[in-house]
Amino acid sequence: MSETFVRSESSPSLPPPVRRRGILRWVQDNLFSSWLNSLLTIAAVYLLVLAVPPLLDWALFDAVFDGTSGAACSGAGKGACWAFVEAKFNQFIYGRYPDAEQWRVNLAVLLGALGLVALLTPNKLPKGWVLVYVFLLFPIFAFVLLYGGSVGLSVVETSSWGGLMVTLVVAVTGIGASLPLGVLLALGRASRMPVVRTLSILFIELWRSVPLITVLFMASVMLPLFLPEGMSFDKLLRALIGVALFSSAYMAEVVRGGLAAIPAGQYEAARALGLTYWQSMGQIILPQALRAVIPGVVNNFIGLFKDTTLVLIIGLFDLLGIVQANYTDPTWASSQTAVTGYVFAAFMFWVFCFGMSRYSVYMERRLETDRNK
Amino acid sequence: MSLLQEPSRRLASVNPLNNPKVRSVLVQALVLLAVVALFWMVIDNTVHNLQRQNVATGFGFLDKPAGFGIVFSLVEYSEQSTYGRALLVGFLNTLLVAVIGIVVATVLGLTLGVARLSSNWLIAKLATIYIETLRNIPLLLQIFFWYFAVLRTLPGPADSLTFLDILFINNRSFSVPSFSFGGGSGDVLAAFGLGLVLALFGHVYAKRLRRSGMRVPALLKLRALLPLLLPVMVFFALGLPLHVDWPVLNRFGYEGGWALIPEFVALVLALSTYTAAFIAENVRSGIQAVSHGQTEAARALGLREGKILRLVIVPQALRIIIPPLTSQYLNLTKNSSLAVAIAYPDLVSVFSGTVLNQTGQAVEVIAITMTIYLSLSLFTSLLMNLYNRRMALVER
Repeated sequence: MSETFVRSESSPSLPPPVRRRGILRWVQDNLFSSWLNSLLTIAAVYLLVLAVPPLLDWALFDAVFDGTSGAACSGAGKGACWAFVEAKFNQFIYGRYPDAEQWRVNLAVLLGALGLVALLTPNKLPKGWVLVYVFLLFPIFAFVLLYGGSVGLSVVETSSWGGLMVTLVVAVTGIGASLPLGVLLALGRASRMPVVRTLSILFIELWRSVPLITVLFMASVMLPLFLPEGMSFDKLLRALIGVALFSSAYMAEVVRGGLAAIPAGQYEAARALGLTYWQSMGQIILPQALRAVIPGVVNNFIGLFKDTTLVLIIGLFDLLGIVQANYTDPTWASSQTAVTGYVFAAFMFWVFCFGMSRYSVYMERRLETDRNK
Repeated sequence: MSLLQEPSRRLASVNPLNNPKVRSVLVQALVLLAVVALFWMVIDNTVHNLQRQNVATGFGFLDKPAGFGIVFSLVEYSEQSTYGRALLVGFLNTLLVAVIGIVVATVLGLTLGVARLSSNWLIAKLATIYIETLRNIPLLLQIFFWYFAVLRTLPGPADSLTFLDILFINNRSFSVPSFSFGGGSGDVLAAFGLGLVLALFGHVYAKRLRRSGMRVPALLKLRALLPLLLPVMVFFALGLPLHVDWPVLNRFGYEGGWALIPEFVALVLALSTYTAAFIAENVRSGIQAVSHGQTEAARALGLREGKILRLVIVPQALRIIIPPLTSQYLNLTKNSSLAVAIAYPDLVSVFSGTVLNQTGQAVEVIAITMTIYLSLSLFTSLLMNLYNRRMALVER
């Protein structure tokens, strides 16, 4: 019959693969995996050697930390003039807000931070109340605290506001006003009524296609012309109106993305339940859509936060504006003052924006896992 | 029968306000009325205010002499030129910054985006640091930094930094020698045109050959070089009729040659490095969005790494990258208006700044500025949409 061959002993085991472990293996895999990579690594290391020590020298070892005038910072071989930042720090944060009243700013920031934390932490707090606080109560509190003129607080004119405080006021007002406006515009754009839809599209596309500068110019030059005789606005308020209109158009586009992502079944289910338009939007569609666009909203806010610097062009003193106004101060004249001022301002902006972008990434991850469940 | 009739009778008796059609018309009428009323009020107030302030209206001012100088201009301009001419100068300066900025930002952004995905840890980290730093610092601050903290602290014209005696850098200008053709520039231009036409013909012919499965001769593969090669040949044949204008140092700085003002350099530097960070992120996410299976499939087909990138990954990634890239280009164009902060004479600086202050005709000036930006935006998105359509997935 047929012969079968069955192997009776197992083949000898192969030697184990070469185990490369530790730093050497990591270096080989990540820095020198090919000749091109090796070349790039060497170039990058060379670049770092060129750039990092002088930077460290400038920022730390040669920097001037104490001093009362620019004389301390001038001279060859001197690094950053941190003494300048130290001396002007109060101005950088509060502008010319009176020293005795600065607790009001601090309190307003604290109240705002509380609202923000309650709004942003994904927890089981009753969101309705948080929304009422953030969008209704907090603006009133903040206005009363910052501007004063009631409950025994003295009036602080907006012309003496400045620094980081103005940056925050413009950014927070911009986002606070643009969120509801943007939602309305996005709903308008998705509406079935041709007139409403066309008007929304016109509004959104017009604002989105012009630079913020022209909007601010318009707000500061043309707004007074639009108003009846004798009625005039504060300069800061005019800038705020411009920023709010501008950013609401961008917000509308973000929200539209969220609306488009909701499956049609949700709309149909809401109608089948007999809900009116506003009921279905408020209780079915928007809660889902807005949740999905939180990262986009945060990104928008980062953009707006950076754009607040433009108000200095129409003569308001935000953080950058006040830094610029201060480094021309003759007592602090030195070759390093300007650079140090800019680096400080850049760092402040960076901390805020980077923090927000991390939050946006965190929310994105969270939303993704939610969807995967 | 009665069952069918009943609902219709009830419908007829329903309050017309509950009829969706009636309501929709009513709501739209109300919205329209409100918008018209708002506009009417605004226009009425504006006309009234303008009359009160004795400001002239209309676009007649565009023909009047401007009476101010502009430091940097692509077309001829003097103080006797009209406001209309000043508008053109500003517009061209904006375009110049935008176009150069877009080119530099795209190249830099592409490189950074790819670098961030590099398998080289150090390169990837450096790209990440660049992107995360530049993206999170306001553009205006970066412009100021380049202009006031870097370019303004450069040495004066007398001790300029020079590179190979070609580039002269000082705090007044960046000067390079300029080239101008002597005689025969027409011939060179004609050669360029001829080369272009020939290259086009060659392209069509090569395509037909390839379609019919025939080999494309090696000589035909060089067709893309023709528009460059022919003019160069003519140029040499004519005996190098080139006139070089070297920048020369005099009491006021370097004169002659091709000079860029520091405002321009600062603006282009800041705009392109800032936008490059955003473009890099778009590129990264676009490449990452191409599923890994595509790479594996291409590898399984035996394609080399370079071909995988060129034939499989990039075409698919481009489709994802183009829409956000468009908006980055638009952002860069709009952001070029920050020129006003360092007095580079762009559209906003010249027109919404100086002209507005001189004439006081805020409504007309702002309206013209906004219209120009609007049409620039529409034009750019039109171009990019066309390109996008060409690149888009062709589905059945």
